[in-house]
Amino acid sequence: MENTTEVLEQVIIKFAGDSGDGMQLTGTQFTTTAALLGNDLSTFPDFPAEIRAPIGTLAGVSGYQLHFGSVNIYTPGDTCDVLVAMNAAALKANIKGLKKGGTIIANIDGFDPKNLRLANVAVNPLDDNSLDGFRLIKIDVTKLTRAALSESGMGTKEIDRSKNMFVLGFLYWMYSRSLDASIKFLTEKFSKKPEILDANIRILKAGYAYGDTTETIITRYHIGAAPMKPGTYRSIMGNQATALGLIAATQQSGLPMFYGTYPITPASDILHELAKYKNMNVRTFQAEDEIAAICATIGAAFGGALAVTASSGPGIALKGEAMGLGVMLEMPLVIINVQRGGPSTGLPTKTEQSDLLQALHGRNGEAPMPIVAACTPSDCFTMVLEACRIAIEYMTPVMFLSDGYIANGAEPWRFPTQADLPKIKVDFAKDKNGGEKYLPYKRDDKLSRPWAIPGTPGLEHRIGGLEKQHETGNISYESDNHEFMVRMREAKVNKVADSIPLQNIDNGNESGKLLVLGWGSTYGAIKSAVIAARAQGLDVSHAHVRYMKPFPKNLGSLVAGFDKVLIPEMNTGQLLGIIRNEFMIPAIGLNKIKGNPFSATEILNKIVEVSA
Amino acid sequence: MSDIMSIPAPLTSKDLVTDQDVRWCPGCGDYSILKQVQTVLPELGLPREQIVFISGIGCSSRFPYYMETYGMHSIHGRATAIASGLKATRPDLSVWIVTGDGDATSIGGNHFIHLLRRNFDVNVLLFNNQIYGLTKGQYSPTSEEGKITKSSPYGSVDHPFNPAALAMGADGTFIARSMDRDPVHLKDMLRRANAHKGTSFLEIYQNCNVFNDGAFEIFTEKSSKKQETLMIENGKPLIYGANAEKGIKLDGFKPVIVELVNTSANDLWIHDETDRVKAGILARFFDDPSKADHFPRPFGVFYTENRACYEDGMNQQVADLIAKKGQGSLDALLRGRDTWEIV
Ligand code: SF4
Repeated sequence: MENTTEVLEQVIIKFAGDSGDGMQLTGTQFTTTAALLGNDLSTFPDFPAEIRAPIGTLAGVSGYQLHFGSVNIYTPGDTCDVLVAMNAAALKANIKGLKKGGTIIANIDGFDPKNLRLANVAVNPLDDNSLDGFRLIKIDVTKLTRAALSESGMGTKEIDRSKNMFVLGFLYWMYSRSLDASIKFLTEKFSKKPEILDANIRILKAGYAYGDTTETIITRYHIGAAPMKPGTYRSIMGNQATALGLIAATQQSGLPMFYGTYPITPASDILHELAKYKNMNVRTFQAEDEIAAICATIGAAFGGALAVTASSGPGIALKGEAMGLGVMLEMPLVIINVQRGGPSTGLPTKTEQSDLLQALHGRNGEAPMPIVAACTPSDCFTMVLEACRIAIEYMTPVMFLSDGYIANGAEPWRFPTQADLPKIKVDFAKDKNGGEKYLPYKRDDKLSRPWAIPGTPGLEHRIGGLEKQHETGNISYESDNHEFMVRMREAKVNKVADSIPLQNIDNGNESGKLLVLGWGSTYGAIKSAVIAARAQGLDVSHAHVRYMKPFPKNLGSLVAGFDKVLIPEMNTGQLLGIIRNEFMIPAIGLNKIKGNPFSATEILNKIVEVSA
Repeated sequence: MSDIMSIPAPLTSKDLVTDQDVRWCPGCGDYSILKQVQTVLPELGLPREQIVFISGIGCSSRFPYYMETYGMHSIHGRATAIASGLKATRPDLSVWIVTGDGDATSIGGNHFIHLLRRNFDVNVLLFNNQIYGLTKGQYSPTSEEGKITKSSPYGSVDHPFNPAALAMGADGTFIARSMDRDPVHLKDMLRRANAHKGTSFLEIYQNCNVFNDGAFEIFTEKSSKKQETLMIENGKPLIYGANAEKGIKLDGFKPVIVELVNTSANDLWIHDETDRVKAGILARFFDDPSKADHFPRPFGVFYTENRACYEDGMNQQVADLIAKKGQGSLDALLRGRDTWEIV
């Protein structure tokens, strides 16, 4: 059969199926292959909230979206070009996100009466013309997989488990990709189970061959390499990058890391990752609760460790009092918040940027701490390393903000080598700094206090949560001292601005009509939208804040250089309020609180509206 | 030998006194405990800088400010958790937790039981005064039922915790009880607590003379002490009474009070600190002393056990993994498994 090949710039594929269908694996395999071909890409998994939702139901649908191209890619994409639907529920849950005229690859067996019933679909959409606006490729994946393995001696259940490989093979054919990377992966994964390895490879090849032999005319596509900076790349997910950044901080500071945490979605993967690297001076501690997690971390910091705790919104709320203790003790501590939908338990598997104000103010009394926020999966590496640096240099707890979107999203990363990374200087106090006495709260020119760890002779001292007397650190209820110390703690945090880069313009001019000011995981969507708007000739620039407290010193003058400032956020307007308040400008908000990220189109539409 | 070892002058209890004024109410039992701790510590041969006192919140938790060692006065109920993180990363330190009945068994109950099960090698001194002193007199989780306080004007309906039994239930590996008014016994228990490797839990009955005066009088006063307390010692029979005339014997698992005139000392319960089942029974001697036929209250070491400490396991894993895989390379880690070149 003759097939044509078309050249495309970019494609968005959504792999969707039941949790048990192996769609995450299929997606990541396709991603690895795309990366190896030099495509730029961005991915996002979409997990069901329930761990074991009933098979075949809407609640059990698991998805993985991949956006790849021969052009630069900044987001996992808005609506997809291709939807792989392993069953009726997967189709029903994702059809809204498919472009008009897009392609559906449907597994016929997943649309049998039982699956239709489970998905609550009355008529089989594969037969009723309801999908006429799309290009429908129906494949009986189950039947073909079983046929290909009929002589393998494997049970049906086992055979069915490899049907995702059929789909993967077919897509490799459709997008003219080699099977090599996936074969290599399977070979490593199933090195001890030769029958399973053999079956998977056979099915992968069968899927590929199906493209060649099928009677249907299917167009094949070619997507070339993207113009990316030369170098060596790998794929990285946000939580993984956070873990690597922490290990890098351990190595660059020479301090042992203590990571105290309690399992919580979507932060747990950082723990899983770190727990593997005990040979890199990492100690992970799964505490009995969120409070113990941060308190153990404070104890470790007192002893001279690089102390880190992580959670998501509800857990951060529980840590509030201990964070205040950290502020009072002026102890280096990194607190990671992988934000998710709130309030309360909220939407654990969905994303939101609604904890910025909690990060700033979520403690009793005036307890300021520096806050940094990563804007892409790989930026988690850079910014968590920065959080560690600031914590140690300024003797302060630092909050690092990520969110479910970048935590689980992946992108290519031109990773650094250790030689490229800054050293983190650690100076444990060795000598008395006040004549006969050791003064734990005597400050240096950064307003930072010394770090004298137990075991150091002559520097025995006591610290605690009660208000401290300036320099001596003794308990003091004296009113002038209290005001002095409150202001001192704030001044110290503000002093961090001396050590951070000035705010840059990511794209566009230094001043002009409109600035789109973002923070956190909206980076990719804003970037894409601003590129598109500028292509339309609009006078718009993009700046992305990564240092949330203190702000870069020039942020005020930078925003003042624009007639209008638009702040898109996945909350009701938290940065918006801060910017309005701090710089007294009538910034405009674009707010989305749907548990999923902005699409570039949503932001572009708003840019067009505001620019009019 | 060319090395000249500088041997620091041995510590004296004076070396452990800070320049801070002690702020407990005059007559508070805390003074005695502070004094015994300052007396015992120099005997242990530890340099001052290796010692850390960590406390939570409450009257007792002021303790670190009065000890010329490293110290942290933390937040309510969390000293146990803070000490866990410190000990995990600094096994070389001698870590002492000072807590109270509210701090350890109410707001910090969760961390307390988890500390015990993990068995960090730390010492926990629980000052039990059966009242909230710092907040001026509310009943605590160890106050007796019916206790009249500001927050329970008609009597508390809360059933009290028995911290020793609680610690047994949480798989503590060293469980002991002492009292502020018996300095000799208290010092002895402090030494034993320090000597034990693992979490040493020492409950200290402490008189709050302002809000709960005399709560333990019956155990501490000369006139009643011998009748009401059972001073337990490893390998010794359980004998008590004004003239040591009573003993305790086990009838199966049921303890029975006997008169020594009728019973040979050989038939008495011989205390065995390593017997978990019997320690459990002993820890349950928690009768209201006003009741007829009540059991005396035991003081001493209920139970000890050698069990691996969390920090040793944690650091062993690190050592094992380094031995197996070598110190990890950051560059290899950053590179990961699959890379590709863009030229
Ligand atoms: S209130 Fe009670 S426990 Fe607290 S210091 Fe005074 S006497 Fe001691």
